[in-house]
Amino acid sequence: MTPPAAGADAKPLVLLSQPSDSGLTPVMEGQFRFVLAADADAATAAEARVLFVPGLRPVTADLIDRLPALELVSTISVGLDHVDLDACRRRGITVTNAGATFSVDSADYVVGLVVAVLRRVAAADAHLRRGSWATDGDYPLATKVSGKRVGIVGLGSIGSLVARRLAAFGCPVAYHSRAPKLPPCPYTFFPTVRALAADSDVLVLACALTEETRRVVDREVMEALGAGGVLVNVGRGGLVDEPELVRCLREGVIGGAGLDVFENEPDLPVELLDMDNVVLSSHKAVATVESIRGVLHTVSGNLEAFFAGRPLLSPVAL
Amino acid sequence: MESLGVLLLRPLDTYLEQELDRRCRLLRLWDAPHDRRGEFLRAHALSIRAVVTGGGSGAGGDAELIDALPRLEIIVCYAVGFDHVDLTRCRERGVRVTNTPDVLTDDVADLAVGLAIDAPRRIPHADRYVRAGLWKANNGYYGLTNQFSGKRVGIIGLGRIGLAIAKRVEGFGCPRTRQQAYPNYTYLPTVVQLAAVSDGLVVACSPKEQSRGIVSREVIEALGPRGVLVNVGRGAHVDQPELVAALAEGRLGGAGLDVFEAESDVPQVLMALDNVVLAPHMGSGTRETRKAMADLVLANLEAHALSKPLLTPVV
Repeated sequence: MTPPAAGADAKPLVLLSQPSDSGLTPVMEGQFRFVLAADADAATAAEARVLFVPGLRPVTADLIDRLPALELVSTISVGLDHVDLDACRRRGITVTNAGATFSVDSADYVVGLVVAVLRRVAAADAHLRRGSWATDGDYPLATKVSGKRVGIVGLGSIGSLVARRLAAFGCPVAYHSRAPKLPPCPYTFFPTVRALAADSDVLVLACALTEETRRVVDREVMEALGAGGVLVNVGRGGLVDEPELVRCLREGVIGGAGLDVFENEPDLPVELLDMDNVVLSSHKAVATVESIRGVLHTVSGNLEAFFAGRPLLSPVAL
Repeated sequence: MESLGVLLLRPLDTYLEQELDRRCRLLRLWDAPHDRRGEFLRAHALSIRAVVTGGGSGAGGDAELIDALPRLEIIVCYAVGFDHVDLTRCRERGVRVTNTPDVLTDDVADLAVGLAIDAPRRIPHADRYVRAGLWKANNGYYGLTNQFSGKRVGIIGLGRIGLAIAKRVEGFGCPRTRQQAYPNYTYLPTVVQLAAVSDGLVVACSPKEQSRGIVSREVIEALGPRGVLVNVGRGAHVDQPELVAALAEGRLGGAGLDVFEAESDVPQVLMALDNVVLAPHMGSGTRETRKAMADLVLANLEAHALSKPLLTPVV
């Protein structure tokens, strides 16, 4: 078989940090030559300028340092906690992520979880499917959503869309961020997550997982949130002290939780499976047809721009 | 109102029952076994001046009951819907009727929009999936659903609840259409036309005879295989057998249902589907709202006992 000729027709080389399980690469295969990094021979590894990260498996300093020509790491996710950003910084490598592609679906999912937890939609549905509505009567009373104080940790792209949605339910919204947002931001700023929790009935985590935010929700924050308070997490499991969360739910330190993410997916603490004041979800806040179509556009756009020397669509400040 | 004889048809709410017991002369219909209820009513007929009902299908307040109570003056509904009360017979007899509007508007609207998201985004299904160990067994796989925001939402019935739903849906950037005249929202004169231009249809109309079966086979077909139906009104608004068949066969994309033709009888076929969210008629099922509803029931009873204007009369 004749090897492909070098030159104008040759597709640009893109290494994959892991096999792609999202079906993106077949669509882009017409434009780029994808090679799994683990399968790359020495010549390919030496040549590779771009690493595409089509999942959440770790991208280590070790892998990055095996690619001397690497200039761009492009992820399919918005979170970057699985990428060694220090190594990227050190090497002057640019990183792009999903940008704001997933924000709408994430925000919608937060609202769906808030209603599901406070109004016990998941538990009541299960009650009904077990036949208990017919035999045991109505599901016990839940608590109202409208008017509950919502505290959002991270008022970025996702957090601000969550704020707008829950404000339309008549929920007063407050937030914590690294710095207060400039006016005309209508929401109240709290300088710490604990202070925000103390003034909230629903605490929403919509921030990135970094060294600063790891286990930001600890026992102290949960005690501040209180027995009537509910935690909703669509960020990363690592934002929460998970064993402590289980204890706080069991002891009634907090009133409930809606969890799309866990520290060690798809494993989660078995104690949660018996709790009906918790809604459990399989890390799918962004898993819609529309988001996948959107992120394909973002990723291919970033790759095309890179190889054409044009400005990237969603570079991240490291 | 200590001398007011009040008949409570079934257990509704502990707080309400305690207050009725404390402040009136309370009789509980369920103290008599089912087959002795007629006897019970005959025995107490002369002392019963007020009846308190719940809501939903089978809540009581029909002609048979009204006719059995010659001293009946008022029926007080712990519900906003009063379709279970024979209003014609009430008017004939001069019996007043009250309901509990407004205090539950937010709760029903919250649940309606919650169902509109939870059904297509499959939140309760994911909860079952995780609890059944399937997320782990399938190596972290779930699958894709469809986006909610920006989809066209059609609201049938733009009363208090419909408007509250519209206000919430605005926060998601969804264009709104509805089947009732209102400024700023696009109006469609028939439900079929509304369904044809909607991705999601929310039934929020009050239970009148004209709304019976308003969501017909034709409407369901117009909504289509990617459409979602949410019903927080009455089961009777929807052709239920047609709805069940359409969902099972994939002719309708999904549904969020708080009400059914005959509660608590939910078709087995629905219980096996992943694209529906089923709720046991809990539109107003929060501690906050049920207390407010109970207080409104008590306030209406007290107004009646003192010959003052009723707060929320229907008749």
